[in-house]
Amino acid sequence: MSKLMIIFPVALMLASNCPVRADSKIRFDRQVRPILSDACFQCHGPDESKRQGGLRLDLVAAAQQGGDSGPAVVAANLEASELWKRVTSTDPDRVMPPPKSGKVLKPEQLETLKLWIQQGAEHQEHWAFQRVARPTVPTVEGVTNPIDAFIRHRLRQEGMTAAPEATRETLIRRVTLDLTGLPPTPAEMDAFLMDPAPDAFEKVVDRLLSSPHYGERMAQQWLDFARYADSNGFQVDSSRQMSAWRDWVIAAFNRNLPFDQFTIEQLAGDLLPNPARDQIVATGFHRNVKLNGEGGRIQEEWFVETVIDRIETTGLTWMAMTLNCCRCHDHKYDPISQKEFYQLFAFFNSIDESGVLEVEGGNTRPVQKIPSTEHELRLEQLQQAIPAAEAKLASLMTTSEARQAHWELEFAKQLDSNPEIWRRFVPAEVKSLGGATLTKQPDDSWLASGTNPANDEYQIIGPIAAGTMTGLLLEAFPDPSLPNMSLGRYPNGNFVLTDVDAVITAPTLATPINAEINRAVSDYDQPGWPVQAIVDGKSTRQGRNSKGWAVDGPTKRENRKAMFLFAAPVAVPPDATITIQLRHDAIGGHNIGRFRFSTTSWPVEKVKLDTASIPASLRLAIATRKSDRTQAQLDEIAAHFREYADAEIKQAEQAIAAAKKAVTEYEASVPTVMVMKELPMPREAFFLKRGQYDQPGDKVERGVPSAFPSLPAGAPLNRLGLAQWLASREHPLTARVWVNRAWERFFGTGLVRTTENLGSQSESPSHPELLDWLAAEFMEATTLPAVAGKAAAKWDMQAMQKLMVMSLTYRQSAVLVPVDDPENRLLSRGPRLRLPAETTRDQALAISGLMVPTIGGPSVRPYMPEGVWDETSRYGDLRGYKPDSGAGLYRRTLYTIWKRTAPPPSLMLFDAPAREVCTVKRSRTNTPLQALALLNEITYVEAARKLGERMLTEGGSSAEERLTYGFRLATARRPTNDELQVLVDGLNEDLARFQRAPETATQYLSVGTSKSPESLRPTELAAYALTANVLLNLDEVVTRE
Amino acid sequence: MPHRFEFADFLNRRTFLRTSAAGVGTAALASLLQPAAMAQSATHHAAKAKRIIYLFQSGAPSQMDLFDPKPVMADKRGTDLPDSIRMGQRLTTMTSGQAKFPVAPSIFKFSQHGECGMWLSEILPHMSKVVDELCMIRTLHTEAINHDPAITFCQTGSQLAGRPSIGAWASYGLGSENRDLPTYVVLTSFGSGRPDDQPLYDRLWGSGFLPTVHQGVKFRNQGDAVLYLSNPPGIDPVARRSTLNRLKSLNAQHHDALRDPEIATRIAQYEMAFRMQSSVPELLDLKDEPKHVLEMYGPDVSRPGSYAANCLLARRLAERDVRFVQLFHMGWDHHGGLPNAIKGQCRDTDQATAALITDLKQRNLLQDTLIVWGGEFGRTIYSQGGVTETDYGRDHHPRCFTLLMAGAGVKKGLTYGVTDDYCYNIVENPVHVHDLNATILHLMGVDHTRLTYRYQGRDFRLTDIHGTIVDNVLA
Repeated sequence: MSKLMIIFPVALMLASNCPVRADSKIRFDRQVRPILSDACFQCHGPDESKRQGGLRLDLVAAAQQGGDSGPAVVAANLEASELWKRVTSTDPDRVMPPPKSGKVLKPEQLETLKLWIQQGAEHQEHWAFQRVARPTVPTVEGVTNPIDAFIRHRLRQEGMTAAPEATRETLIRRVTLDLTGLPPTPAEMDAFLMDPAPDAFEKVVDRLLSSPHYGERMAQQWLDFARYADSNGFQVDSSRQMSAWRDWVIAAFNRNLPFDQFTIEQLAGDLLPNPARDQIVATGFHRNVKLNGEGGRIQEEWFVETVIDRIETTGLTWMAMTLNCCRCHDHKYDPISQKEFYQLFAFFNSIDESGVLEVEGGNTRPVQKIPSTEHELRLEQLQQAIPAAEAKLASLMTTSEARQAHWELEFAKQLDSNPEIWRRFVPAEVKSLGGATLTKQPDDSWLASGTNPANDEYQIIGPIAAGTMTGLLLEAFPDPSLPNMSLGRYPNGNFVLTDVDAVITAPTLATPINAEINRAVSDYDQPGWPVQAIVDGKSTRQGRNSKGWAVDGPTKRENRKAMFLFAAPVAVPPDATITIQLRHDAIGGHNIGRFRFSTTSWPVEKVKLDTASIPASLRLAIATRKSDRTQAQLDEIAAHFREYADAEIKQAEQAIAAAKKAVTEYEASVPTVMVMKELPMPREAFFLKRGQYDQPGDKVERGVPSAFPSLPAGAPLNRLGLAQWLASREHPLTARVWVNRAWERFFGTGLVRTTENLGSQSESPSHPELLDWLAAEFMEATTLPAVAGKAAAKWDMQAMQKLMVMSLTYRQSAVLVPVDDPENRLLSRGPRLRLPAETTRDQALAISGLMVPTIGGPSVRPYMPEGVWDETSRYGDLRGYKPDSGAGLYRRTLYTIWKRTAPPPSLMLFDAPAREVCTVKRSRTNTPLQALALLNEITYVEAARKLGERMLTEGGSSAEERLTYGFRLATARRPTNDELQVLVDGLNEDLARFQRAPETATQYLSVGTSKSPESLRPTELAAYALTANVLLNLDEVVTRE
Repeated sequence: MPHRFEFADFLNRRTFLRTSAAGVGTAALASLLQPAAMAQSATHHAAKAKRIIYLFQSGAPSQMDLFDPKPVMADKRGTDLPDSIRMGQRLTTMTSGQAKFPVAPSIFKFSQHGECGMWLSEILPHMSKVVDELCMIRTLHTEAINHDPAITFCQTGSQLAGRPSIGAWASYGLGSENRDLPTYVVLTSFGSGRPDDQPLYDRLWGSGFLPTVHQGVKFRNQGDAVLYLSNPPGIDPVARRSTLNRLKSLNAQHHDALRDPEIATRIAQYEMAFRMQSSVPELLDLKDEPKHVLEMYGPDVSRPGSYAANCLLARRLAERDVRFVQLFHMGWDHHGGLPNAIKGQCRDTDQATAALITDLKQRNLLQDTLIVWGGEFGRTIYSQGGVTETDYGRDHHPRCFTLLMAGAGVKKGLTYGVTDDYCYNIVENPVHVHDLNATILHLMGVDHTRLTYRYQGRDFRLTDIHGTIVDNVLA
């Protein structure tokens, strides 16, 4: 179908689009303003630079004052009103809107303007920018809930009636899915169906609002707003850890934190007086922003984007306004200037951050540590070891002279027997496991050529002499045949060595000796890629080491050396062979190009990277009789002893270092979450011309747009003040936006359909008084119901949701009746809505009994087709996806790990956003790819098997009973006779087919890692499983009715 | 196209009619199940291109080594890029710290080809044979300087994530002409010139704020080409058909009770899913391709997921009237070791690109298929790191780069636009990315200023508020 001719759907019976009756009073804000906004504001609106003829129509005062040609409108005088003359002119040079704008006023719009002028041309600001007043609730007989009063009053005006209440089966499924995102259990259904009490439904609602799964359901949408993900976004898209923030959100909903506090803690919890750790964690909201880590990025550019993303996200989430337009110019429709945009920028630019990615595969500062009690206890233990180790050193220092005297004698002997530190190793065989060609060079080095695999592994094998061995020396050489004539095989000439291992075998050895390397030293480390990373990465790594040694190959073509020293000397038996393995696992293609090895038997304290021998001066000093040594010689000997040979001091020093390292490492292992932390002195903020980071104009100060109320009295001029401003009773948007979206959740469409935009260009509300009444009630809580006996607070989300779902309007049947309201904007029936992506999967897990209901914690890895992360990227640590085993496969979907550049595909098919930017509204589509996922995706096939199993084991003894049980689990109702007949026939057909080919039953039952009881006959179980597959695909099941 | 499951469909319709004969929705439902021809799309003006195959070269191919010869640079090897050329323009932080910006003349030989005499590098021997079909634009320019924002800009008209991709706009504006396959298909391949570069992102074919039904469907190179296409083990098409019949019957009964048209739509979508289970494997099955055709695309064609295999698949998709096919070939980001790396990339792409053009032409499809070949920006004349007689690397360069078009509605054999001697600035006929996108939409029958979607109160376009159709390249 072509969309070219239909730009947006025509709304039904909304005030601005209604045919106008001459006797009706035109309302400026609902009927006239939308026309002017769409047709006139681009040139006669907020954007000063584009304003024509000095005329501004979006503000009352300016509109009344008029433009260069005088007043645009003269009350009750069409002929004197320039606006009327222009919109009705036939002169192409005078008619408004001008032909080149492509905008044309419709006859009914002209009629509206005419009547408005004739009736006195009253002006008002845009309705959503006016303070929320509390309209009177209309009196409607037989209803007590104000929501019903407003809705039925309007229905009555239109000559329509409300639908009857839905069946109890429908109702409990509807409200359970809406409030917890899970289907009701049979016990919950039965309890409700059999409860004769008048407050039976209210009890259900209270139970659901008190369920820990309520917070999960609410958090699901909030994650879209907050652009929550487990990756940093942009090119590399490596991992980050923000699940502690997600846990905070779930808990905040579950403890029913009022929305004003919910707002303040997330935007500015760190600025509260003596903030609790929890309140700081809350500020992770605005650290969910993507961070650019691309090589070659310009930091200033992306710092600005990070800050601007926060403004856009804040605007969309709390105000349903798009502020982003104002980065380049004054807003075209809403009263926000470009300068005011940068005044908002100034609230968010003073975090102690760079605005770009600083840690691949981790959290970029500022972070908040979130140790558990166990973490804290362990840390205390580790810290206590430090003073003990320091005391030991102090005592050893008093006895060092005696040790030196002893060492001097030993050292003199060693010098005689061991003239060279490093002995060149000549391997018998060198091979590349990745298929590269390694060729021996005259200087005993080996040169790689041919194919350059992504992560090559070299094996260097050869005989070594018996004796002691304490370390290895690796030399790397540039070569003209290598890319960039440098050291590595990557096209830029670099390499990243990630692992060095040495294994010694000999006929006399029962088990090979694995030489433990605990120290590595090089003559050059590329910043960020130290050689020690080879050692450190090894001790903690699981799988591939993502760190390693690099040498700035693109710019430095120089010989390089690195030595790898053993933790303890290795005793090499006769006829031994050493196998040295080199791996290059961090970045594809970064393999070393030409290399050579040497070995040493020197004590590790004395080994130097320098292949030259001990300095001649030191040899001479040692050889000189003690009494004849000069002061310089004595100093040199003492210095050498201290640096290389005083083993006891070294050990003591190492013990201190180890104790401190243990503390540091443990601290580093404590989970963190990225949070907001304000700089002591705010950064300056500037007006950026055309929104360009490198085009600063005048300096700007923090401030809120002048068309809105000013900051509340006493509010500080920082993020906290801004948050308090959003959460104040005076703010015209926050409450309206929230109740409108709550409405959308329960009724499918917001009272203002454009829940993402309540500005000038928004669609007019279907029930303006109801919207304002709800917003006022949300902020004031005068009649909101108690939830589970707890009185409602101001900004009480649970109480407001309870009010909505308790209404008769919510409880209506969804059966479609032929009325002239196809979109059901007047709510003469209940809406049917396809379930959100997460709920679709959660429901299948719940119905089948597979779901693991644990709340919170790090993200998990459910089934995902192979290659989703890898087919388009070989960067970063989020590659090689492996599904979890066990619980991680069956957790609720909001815990699924989220990589922004390759999000979970089965969720994307069901309209989940990529979470790269704030998304406040999802589309709701119906596609063949959804059908394929529900039919064939492992989760759904496995869930069907488990549901089949439940039918067999819990459902009774006859096919009819079992199928009825399964149908009821899936839909919350019993099948009709016709429906049951289709299922029974199908079951028998499947059973016969599986019995004819029993191996197909076994194959079908093999999908998924969970087990089924062996007592069940495979052919029978397979037939029930296939029927369950039908049930899980029913339109009714993927829809909340 | 042949319809394999007519018998099953027949049975199916009979079951369905029996169980829902009394329902009010029956007529609507029955019509949804008819294999009716898809409605002809309404366009703003007559479309030259009924479909597009966009061969995106991700990572940014070097224009002066492939398309835009600069012989005067030969004498300037190693000399510093003059300030008069650079004019203080920004550089990436990969080279902005370099003390010198040494000129690296291309080591590749250029010659003129075809009747039109178009210049091409020696490492494109196959494309040299089809130059008379090509339209070369040497003066594309863009705004971003890093890969992620630059490729996002080409695809969505904005450097920042969140806007719909060009294929999603086409799907939204023009709809589908094929009822068994997606409207916007994406095929990806890794390059051998630089095997780990550049990553792609789902947003590049995403639908942004458009309904997600318009997002590109990326065919996968392993497992099911279309996600979840295959039935689980043990379930053959007969068993699947049987379950779908039941599903349809139950959904139809429910439709009769509730009368929600969404249910009818879902029934139709399950039928399309079922058809895709045969149409996609049929699409991917190359056994009916003659040997000479396979050979034309080169040896890589037999390796699934290669650029050559994807080119052949693109032709098969074009034959089936899939509206928007986009290939992404990675590996063009040659900061170092460019001469070797770019040869690898050309080996990957040269023969298959030429074969695709030839093959379409032989099938009379080139006349209404638009081919586009290009990357997200160009590369610098100066070397990143050192320069020698045989080796150099090039950094990102947004100020000029070359793009090729061919097929429907574009001038053949034209070389358009002039860059300066350093291939650094545009001298004549600049073409902005917005202009390119406006031109592509124009060729598809769409006025880029009128294809809009209202979101957050604003009417959004692919070209934002910019874009001028490049009339000079239109036939």
